[in-house]
Amino acid sequence: MTATVPPKAPTFLGLPTAPRGVGHLRGDQSFPDAARTALRDGQLRANLGHATTTIRNKRAKVVGEVADWEQLRAAGKALKAATMAHLDEHLEELERQVTARGGTVHWARDANEANEIVTRLVQATGTGEVVKVKSMATQEIALNEALEAVGIEVFETDLAELIVQLGEDKPSHILVPAIHKNRAEIREIFARTIPGVDPGLTDEPRQLAMAARKHLRERFLRARVAISGANFGVAETGTLTVVESEGNGRMCLTLPETLITVMGIEKVVPTWRDLEVFLQLLPRSSTGERMNPYTSTWAGVTPGDGPQEFHLVLLDNGRTAVLADEVGREALHCIRCSACLNVCPVYERAGGHAYGSVYPGPIGAILSPLLTGVEDNASLPYASSLCGACYEVCPVAIDIPSILVHLRAEHVEAQEKTTAEAVAFRALAKVMSNPRLWHLAQRASRLGRLLSRGRPTLPNALPPPISGWTRSRDLPTPPTSTFVEQWTREHRSAK
Amino acid sequence: MSAREEVLGRIRTALGATRAAVPDVVRDYRQAGEHPATGPELLDLLVDRVEDYRATVLRCAPAEVGATVRAALDQGLGAGWAAADVVVAPGLPADWRPEGCDVDDDRPPVQLADRSASVTAVAVAIAETGTLVLDGSPDCGRRALSLLPDCLVCVVTADQVVGGVPEGIGRLDPLRPLTMVSGPSATSDIELQRVEGVHGPRTLLVVLAA
Repeated sequence: MTATVPPKAPTFLGLPTAPRGVGHLRGDQSFPDAARTALRDGQLRANLGHATTTIRNKRAKVVGEVADWEQLRAAGKALKAATMAHLDEHLEELERQVTARGGTVHWARDANEANEIVTRLVQATGTGEVVKVKSMATQEIALNEALEAVGIEVFETDLAELIVQLGEDKPSHILVPAIHKNRAEIREIFARTIPGVDPGLTDEPRQLAMAARKHLRERFLRARVAISGANFGVAETGTLTVVESEGNGRMCLTLPETLITVMGIEKVVPTWRDLEVFLQLLPRSSTGERMNPYTSTWAGVTPGDGPQEFHLVLLDNGRTAVLADEVGREALHCIRCSACLNVCPVYERAGGHAYGSVYPGPIGAILSPLLTGVEDNASLPYASSLCGACYEVCPVAIDIPSILVHLRAEHVEAQEKTTAEAVAFRALAKVMSNPRLWHLAQRASRLGRLLSRGRPTLPNALPPPISGWTRSRDLPTPPTSTFVEQWTREHRSAK
Repeated sequence: MSAREEVLGRIRTALGATRAAVPDVVRDYRQAGEHPATGPELLDLLVDRVEDYRATVLRCAPAEVGATVRAALDQGLGAGWAAADVVVAPGLPADWRPEGCDVDDDRPPVQLADRSASVTAVAVAIAETGTLVLDGSPDCGRRALSLLPDCLVCVVTADQVVGGVPEGIGRLDPLRPLTMVSGPSATSDIELQRVEGVHGPRTLLVVLAA
């Protein structure tokens, strides 16, 4: 057996994580507390169960018809790893190319700086409102709140983002932020919040989509500034890419005079050709379609076609700290497809809000603590049964379970005070390495049978600190005799 | 220190003085589809995939494009449509255009929202994914043209059809503003149920000339 030495806990080399007090990467409750509330909501569980089952089946069908899926997946993983290894050079090339084609590139150390840059750019145009394409990066930094704080009105134009915005709710899924709402709930939000909406509006999805179209149409046509994210930024050509379905993205990317794109630094890809891999992996993994309805690409400014002023804001906000973690850096490979959410048994039951971050589900359980530092999202690495379904569906093969374990280890090692769990396991280690103590302990454990009153598991209402363990785990009732005792008894009587 | 210098400096710190070896990117996935170019199997595949998105395909001989575009508009707008309500890309071949149609010029793009339908060519069509790519050249028109009118008619010629995504990407110029269109605009945001037609054209008709 070859023993591999586990890598030392990273120190992040002193690189700053995403700052506190801004953005949506930290919840105000721990995952178990938030999940307990969510699990009591039967409607939520029904909505999530229905939606995730639908999307899982669609994905499986369209991935199944691609004979070279595993080769594409391996290429996607290798491309991302190769990009990260020279991230600085690719970003400098992207900046050169975007600038050469009439765009302006800005760099933002963190959420505060990105929000300041975008606010300043919007104010310089003199407009009081902006239209937005759905973007995880701008959700992460709470850009809407920053713009609204200075009196700029923000219109989310993706249907699900609109539902979340009108319902004064929070997104709960990377791709379908309103996945926790069903049609009747969405109808209620529209009827209550859209001015002049048809009072006869039913909960038929088609009617609801048409109501959103009508509501936003005029805003698209009068918008002077749009804000977007980017799925990919091609370094060699300066080409930005937005992948979408509804056409709201095209409206924003095409009609206004000014376009501001906020892109996480990890979204750069070296060459145009690399999109031949990602444009196959992403749509099939996310919406379960062979291709999403619309993909837009643009390089800088094109005279006579689209916005004549283009700004690209490159955002760090903790990403370089993730890059410094040799195990965790793979989380930066994520292309935000959300396949891992849809297959996760924990996500399916607890829902996205329980994670407290805009990045929920398995990828969120690693990305959020990596971006903020594990101490600020300490419960998330435990929000998983480590079943590995997320790794299996990930289109760029991010080994999420291993990174979860890595973060758990980091969290445990960072504990300054000894926890009850640590004391218990230290005692257990001592007992298990001494046969006499072990047999004594086993016999003593039979006292637990008194608590079980004949049931197969012990009650979960045990006093602390044992409740910390039994609250979320079944503790089996100790058997009347151990395996060794039974073996000894049976084999002696046979002789 | 500027934000630029600081972020680049952080990346260099994170990656360390001796960087990990860059893994080889093995591109052993399929570079091309199975069917020969311009052959009937390839065109059938495109038709099947485009129709799967609930778009309509009308096939015709290369000489019949003009008549077939008119037939497509009959389907999309209903018989009796006015040619002045149809706007076409400035570089669209003359014999493809409905007589009396509006030709896009340098008017403010939002004015295109007043038109009922638009007609464009494409740069590439990808059969396996049912994707049409418009590249902003004169026969495809600017991006707003294929976006604002509620009915979009695209003319595809057999030589423009490729098998898979890698062949399509290889034919495109990344410096042009590209729009990849796979069916009419759609959303799955309500209970993951697909609904065709949100902000982009609700009707997509494809004329395939071969």
